[in-house]
Amino acid sequence: MNKILEVKGLKKDLGTFSLQDVSFSLLEGCITGFIGLNGAGKTTTIKTILGLVLKDSGSIEFFGKDMNLNERELKNHIGIVFDEGYFYEELTLAEMKSIIAPAYSNWEESVFHKYMEHFRLPLNQKISTLSKGMRMKYAIALALSHHADILIMDEPTSGLDPLVRSELMEILLDFMGNGGKGVFFSSHITSDLEKVADVLILIDKGRIILSEEKDVLLDTHGLVKGEKMALNDQTRELFLTLRETNYGFEGLTNSKHAVRQQMNNVLIEKPTIEDIMLGYVRR
Amino acid sequence: MKIIISNTSDSPIYQQIKEQIKDAILYGELKEGELLPSIRALANDLRVSVLTTRRVYDELESEGFITTKAGKGSFVAKENLELLLESRRHMVEVKLTEAWNAACSLGISKEELISMMGLLFEEGENE
Repeated sequence: MNKILEVKGLKKDLGTFSLQDVSFSLLEGCITGFIGLNGAGKTTTIKTILGLVLKDSGSIEFFGKDMNLNERELKNHIGIVFDEGYFYEELTLAEMKSIIAPAYSNWEESVFHKYMEHFRLPLNQKISTLSKGMRMKYAIALALSHHADILIMDEPTSGLDPLVRSELMEILLDFMGNGGKGVFFSSHITSDLEKVADVLILIDKGRIILSEEKDVLLDTHGLVKGEKMALNDQTRELFLTLRETNYGFEGLTNSKHAVRQQMNNVLIEKPTIEDIMLGYVRR
Repeated sequence: MKIIISNTSDSPIYQQIKEQIKDAILYGELKEGELLPSIRALANDLRVSVLTTRRVYDELESEGFITTKAGKGSFVAKENLELLLESRRHMVEVKLTEAWNAACSLGISKEELISMMGLLFEEGENE
């Protein structure tokens, strides 16, 4: 699989917070979830990748081309959706569109209208009167109307109701269906990613902690419950987190196979992405 | 074709999918030359990663159950029943090895293990 985005050794010092040697890559045909707690560095990373925040050092390549040297060309291939939208509240949807469209050399009006119709967004409505869900759909319509190959979204689902969130997931899967595309999607609502992500990248305190296929993560990690008798110096080592009570223990392991071999009479359950995320960031 | 992924199963997700596709081929649910869903379509329907479905198809292909033509998709390979039965036989061997290992660690003798097996056969005949 080709890499559509490769970030290497990205550094950015913001005083109280810094990105430290952030490296990862996105594969073609994959939806990559970017997870982490509030303030972990998700938005800073995304803004730095897009050149909205200047990096201190490191390299960013989209489709094998350096972002610094080919910014104008590469941005034609990128669709961006931010949490806040950054739209002018007083304009109508059609007016705002005519400000954004000229920025892209391959903007296609018919595609835009198709999305507006599909999302049931009236062109003459003012942006200030849109609901949060409609704003998000409008931002996606804008992001997808210039034949983008990679869609980068920062917290697109926060503050949306479950129905709209699941609609968004359908839109993403539909976008991926054509092949050759990629989605990079930051969220702290991990249940959304559970449904659609192929790869997960976990960031904490400005560092990448984990970058792995979602199904591999779910297969290798396990929530283990059992009697405290099963714990000894050796088996304790298998856990990322361990909570002991008077009645037993509960812990997250990243080596389910070893637990199964070394510990008898324990219950091993499938963790959620959230369990896994908390297992790594709490350490 | 039905594919059900168990969250409580010990085997990894890709293995579960792979075995069920093999079953469908073995029981003739998927016919020779039949087009399989694309890796993205299968991943979407099963709510698993495309990397998982890709691994399933790659392994099925290297084991000779399916063939992939660039730009056209993956198809059920021809004449693979022999192959399937062989792989089933291998699976039984693997399971027996597991049972044997467990028996050894518990100090169960060869005779005891064989009589356990005999019991299973008898029960099966009575049903």
